[in-house]
Amino acid sequence: MIRSFGPAEFTFLVEAARWTVLLSLLAFIGGGVIGMVVALMRVSRNAMLRNIAAGWISVVQGTPVLIVLFLVFYGLPFLGLRFPPLVAAALGMTVYASAFLGDIWRGCIEAVPRQQWEAASSLALKPAQRMIYVVLPQAVRLAVPPTVGFMVQIVKNTSVASIIGFVELTRAGTLMNNVTFQPFWVFGSVALLYFAMCWPLSVMSQRLERRLHAGRRS
Amino acid sequence: MPSLVFSDVWAQFDTLLSGLLQTVWISAVAIVLGVVIGVLCAVARSARSRLLRVLAAGYVEGMRNTPFIVQLFLVFFGLPGLGIQITAIQAGLIALTLNLGAYSAEIIRAGIEATHRSQIEAGAALGLRRRDILLHVVLLPALERVWPALSSQFVLTMLASSILSQISVEELSSAGALIDSRTYRSMEVYIILAGFYLGLTMLFRLSFDLAGRFLFPRRRAVAVRR
Repeated sequence: MIRSFGPAEFTFLVEAARWTVLLSLLAFIGGGVIGMVVALMRVSRNAMLRNIAAGWISVVQGTPVLIVLFLVFYGLPFLGLRFPPLVAAALGMTVYASAFLGDIWRGCIEAVPRQQWEAASSLALKPAQRMIYVVLPQAVRLAVPPTVGFMVQIVKNTSVASIIGFVELTRAGTLMNNVTFQPFWVFGSVALLYFAMCWPLSVMSQRLERRLHAGRRS
Repeated sequence: MPSLVFSDVWAQFDTLLSGLLQTVWISAVAIVLGVVIGVLCAVARSARSRLLRVLAAGYVEGMRNTPFIVQLFLVFFGLPGLGIQITAIQAGLIALTLNLGAYSAEIIRAGIEATHRSQIEAGAALGLRRRDILLHVVLLPALERVWPALSSQFVLTMLASSILSQISVEELSSAGALIDSRTYRSMEVYIILAGFYLGLTMLFRLSFDLAGRFLFPRRRAVAVRR
């Protein structure tokens, strides 16, 4: 039976968008935790840690999100672990986000002026103390705009999780398209819902960036 | 833990190779067309006509705030719904090009905005026509400035072309999926695919670096002096 695309169908898409939000949050939290580790390893004095982090970043950034998700999706059962699609998707997105956030945050840590590092050392702070009390608080300020900007990428890329069978917004759109045969309305609405989630983040990122530069200029 | 057996997958190297070539070909076409759209849009965003500015901004923001896969579905399923028949490859090329067009427009615009006023005034003082100032004083130096950022975006476009496997374009990822369905060696297939994409990423970066030196002689001169 062919249904037509009406308010009830739109509501179905809105409800599926909740899963997109949840998956994005999980990816951001997971990617944030591991990304922080990657960023700290990347600026470590230990050459091996630096190289491992650099390798992680270039391998993940040089592979499509789709392949990263497939590797996790098939890799976990291969190691004897079985997870529901949400967890597999969240783990895959965590891998993806950790490499990009790690790289963004490394840049922010390195952008903290050299004199700050030297001053902290002169005050006899240990490397860990220097990082926690002097460098990171200043790096966080620089990191906010690009991090908010990257959240847009996370929200958009959760759509790839539809391919491994997780029913979020895009997958719901595909299912709805199969029963209504009104692709223009269905995917138009899906695009609109993504836009409603991403556009505020984009605008916020731009505003934060402008404010940051205004502060530095004065 | 089970062991990895790659031999079954390597036996189908031909399939992988044809997928790889398809990915390279599609990406190359999308990159060339995408930059053209990007340049036009970047110029339109600083145009005098308000309508042109608003249209360009709407296109750029709409594209940058929606997922590529949804754009692809809109083109592939939506256009035939409007009575326009297109093949999967055409749909993929249209979506990839429009997507890259928006991102490169934003990058190129940043380059254009970094042009110092005195440069344009100097061009005018030398009696250059408006068109020549736009091309030689504003656009080409802007492209040169943002070339590294553009190159990264080109690589992302190549990686995004993996999504075309979802509308049955026979590129690298769908070649992998085909081999997966023939051999049931999922893990091995996707490890190899990841390796292929990594190789492509490096190859693309290298070619854009060389292309940049060829396209922007000033950069080449700087590189030689170093």
